[in-house]
Amino acid sequence: MLEQLIELMNRLNVNMLNWLPEAASTYAPAIDEVFYIIYIITGLAFLLVTVVMFWCLLRFKARPGRRARYSHGNVALELIWTIVPTIVFLGIFFYSQSTWSIIKYPSEFPESSVQVRVVAKQFAWEFHYPGPDGEFDTEDDKMFDGDMVVPVNQVVGLTLRGSDVIHSFFVPEFRLKQDILPRRDIPAWFNATKTGRFETPCAELCGPGHSGMKGWVNVYSDAEYQAWVAEQWPAPVDTGVEEMGQEDMPQGGVDPMDQEDSGQADTAQ
Amino acid sequence: MSESSAATHAGHHREGFVKHYFFSLDHKMIGRQFLFTGLFMLVIGGLLAMMVRWQLGYPEEPLPFMGGFSEDFWDGESWWAQTAPFGIVTSEFYNTLFTMHATIMIFFVVMPIMIGGFGNFLVPICIGAKDMAFPTLNMLSYWTFVPGVLLMLLSFFVPGGAAGGGWTSYAPLAAVPDYAGVEGHWGVTLWCISLFIIGFSSLMGSINYITTIINMRAPGMRLFRMPLTIWSLFIVAILLLLALPVLTSALAMMVFDRLFGTNFFIPDGGGEPLLWQHLFWFFGHPEVYVLVLPAMGVTSDVLSTFARKPIFGYRAMVYSMCAIAFLSWVVWGHHMFQSGMDPVLGTAFTLTTMLIAVPSAIKTFNWLGTLWGSSIRFTTAMWFALGFVSLFTIGGLSGIFMASTPVDIFIHDTYYIVAHIHYVVAGIIFGIFAGLYFWFPKMFGRMMSETLGKLHFLLTFVFFNLTFFPMHFLGVGGHMRRIYNPEQYEFLQPWQEMNTFITMMALCLGASQIFFAINFIGSLIWGRRAEDNPWEANTLEWDAPSPPPHGNFLEDPVVYRGAYEYSSPEVEEDWLPQSVYLEPAVAGEEGHD
Ligand code: HEM
Ligand SMILES: [Cu+2]
Ligand SMILES: [Cu+2]
Repeated sequence: MLEQLIELMNRLNVNMLNWLPEAASTYAPAIDEVFYIIYIITGLAFLLVTVVMFWCLLRFKARPGRRARYSHGNVALELIWTIVPTIVFLGIFFYSQSTWSIIKYPSEFPESSVQVRVVAKQFAWEFHYPGPDGEFDTEDDKMFDGDMVVPVNQVVGLTLRGSDVIHSFFVPEFRLKQDILPRRDIPAWFNATKTGRFETPCAELCGPGHSGMKGWVNVYSDAEYQAWVAEQWPAPVDTGVEEMGQEDMPQGGVDPMDQEDSGQADTAQ
Repeated sequence: MSESSAATHAGHHREGFVKHYFFSLDHKMIGRQFLFTGLFMLVIGGLLAMMVRWQLGYPEEPLPFMGGFSEDFWDGESWWAQTAPFGIVTSEFYNTLFTMHATIMIFFVVMPIMIGGFGNFLVPICIGAKDMAFPTLNMLSYWTFVPGVLLMLLSFFVPGGAAGGGWTSYAPLAAVPDYAGVEGHWGVTLWCISLFIIGFSSLMGSINYITTIINMRAPGMRLFRMPLTIWSLFIVAILLLLALPVLTSALAMMVFDRLFGTNFFIPDGGGEPLLWQHLFWFFGHPEVYVLVLPAMGVTSDVLSTFARKPIFGYRAMVYSMCAIAFLSWVVWGHHMFQSGMDPVLGTAFTLTTMLIAVPSAIKTFNWLGTLWGSSIRFTTAMWFALGFVSLFTIGGLSGIFMASTPVDIFIHDTYYIVAHIHYVVAGIIFGIFAGLYFWFPKMFGRMMSETLGKLHFLLTFVFFNLTFFPMHFLGVGGHMRRIYNPEQYEFLQPWQEMNTFITMMALCLGASQIFFAINFIGSLIWGRRAEDNPWEANTLEWDAPSPPPHGNFLEDPVVYRGAYEYSSPEVEEDWLPQSVYLEPAVAGEEGHD
């Protein structure tokens, strides 16, 4: 149904949402769907108002001998246009809510297999990895300036940490945006569905260098990611960087590092 | 009800020039003072916007008209050579430009013109009073406003330049001078002090409006016979009275953080940056309705007058304004969905925000209801009122996207928000123009040119939409707001042409205002003399001479009916002023108020 409508809008050349960057995370299509639904509803409302208004302007231009209708209102009509919008808006609320809670409620976050700490400072991103021991703030941590590397189709848990002013971590293709507050850790997550290199601008005004404060998320295939990990932490290890997650691994503790596994197997949800 | 303090100076005594034009106690002169100050600031705010747009359309290219300056000039120490070397907008100056643009448009254009200008001019006269309840306080309100204006303008010239933290001045960026990255900390400090001062100006005005409306209505002017403009100003005054102290306190805390080492908003000292956002938006959301309600009131009055038809659902219009006013206290968190505020709270604020959209929808449909079956006179004022309705429709609908939390994740802090803001707030300028073209004859005793007016409307409406509608597209594309140079981002590069297009349209929009300036100034001097009631309107101000003398009315008005008795079957003409007495036989069922 939605597809047909989108198709129709495309044909009529009125699909503003064609401007959306490609959707490259698991929840991006869910957000886009809400976006589309609201776009269609508000588009129809806009059409209705505009058509009625134009009709009035054409039809009810003052002409000699005709008098305006003397009427102070119409209770039935007014009830209709109070109740219908209320129902529609409440519907949008409930519809939005489920998507919102999945993305932003920490209690509903999926288990993550990779952990990255994102540190924002005027005017750059730092991406910290806990290293093979899975613990932050230990010897084997590594920090990367401006570039984050993550595997495709795996849940990446982020800890967003601020240091000076407010910044906002934005990955347009993932439909992810979260402000970062100084001296606070804010959790977030994503699960990239496409490999590639995505720009991560800062979305909150943070000073004269705000514009141009950006980094990159590099989404690697499983194999590439393994290679990258091996290159970064060469020493004795080939144990999973993933294990660092939490105390978890509920899916039976399969080592998701295993290159033979199709990365899909262990994505949460 | 007319035995007020105002009555004491209602005589037609002649005053000296200074007393008449500067320290007048007359609500109409004070209204004109606010109006002219606001129009002057509109020019400044508009020029700032042109520079913002220039930088976005032609990043880091010299501004137009910069060729005239010599090499020596750019090597020199002058303010301009330092601020915009070689005519190029620096990123520091860019931040100042959009910060001051928004601040000026909201606090120094829309508020003074709508509330200070129309409010002062109309509140007493539309309810049949001779003046405000407290004329001296009224004068003081203007003269408290002026130093605020001067400080805000002065702040451009202090070391480090004017504030650059956005009109929202989020802490800690705005609370810690070092983070601003400019030498000299006076910009944001003066910004705070200036807004602090004009807050008091607004408070004085609010107290005056509320008292006047409650106490000084002419005999027969029941609350539910008041024109919707007056209703909107009444509600706005109450909102301001309750909201401004919150902003004023927050500004004081910000100044303390900046100058005296407190840590209200600075986490390094145990403060909380989100506290600022909560305080700011607790004021800020009621504030956006402070801006828009008078425009809705004016639009309602202008629509009804030129549709020659009673406003559709008068009581529903009043109740929805009350509902908006009430709900506006519980939606502020929709500005903070992505701020780090508990996402569960986000859910609650979505619900309230969806609810506040309902009265906005009701008002829009009621305007359509007013047009249906009407007999429209297409004056310039009417065109602008219609323009406001259509822009508000788009702005209100785009609000729904942002009220939906998941969609807001993506469009928050993008050009989508910029588009929304401008459809609603810059749309208010259409309400202002509607009011100006409508009341100009009453304010200045002369008519404006309708031909020039319609040209002004057409150009403004077309270029407005060509400027701001494409911003939705950019926002959907992910284009962040408040960025200095979009070309720094690979994913934005394909859309630079759109930015350039928007800039060209914005320049045309700015240039179209020349027709207004010509019309306004020309009509002040050469305009045809206005009759008392050139639009054949019902409300009391049209009973008074144009322009009304001190004390407003030649004889004290008595009100017999509501403000919208157009095309009433009781009379032959298609209007029936509020103050006209009809023989009881006919007027028996004058229940419509
Ligand atoms: C129909 C009702 C409306 C709804 C549902 C609505 C919703 C919203 C939401 C959710 C935001 C925050 C978006 C974000 O930052 O991510 C917002 C921003 C804004 N709205 Fe509205 N809005 C409505 C009407 C208005 C009106 C009538 C005005 C002004 C007269 C207005 C002025 C603004 C401004 C100035 C901002 C941006 C503030 C900033 O961040 O600088 N809105 N609106
Ligand atoms: Cu930033
Ligand atoms: Cu709001």
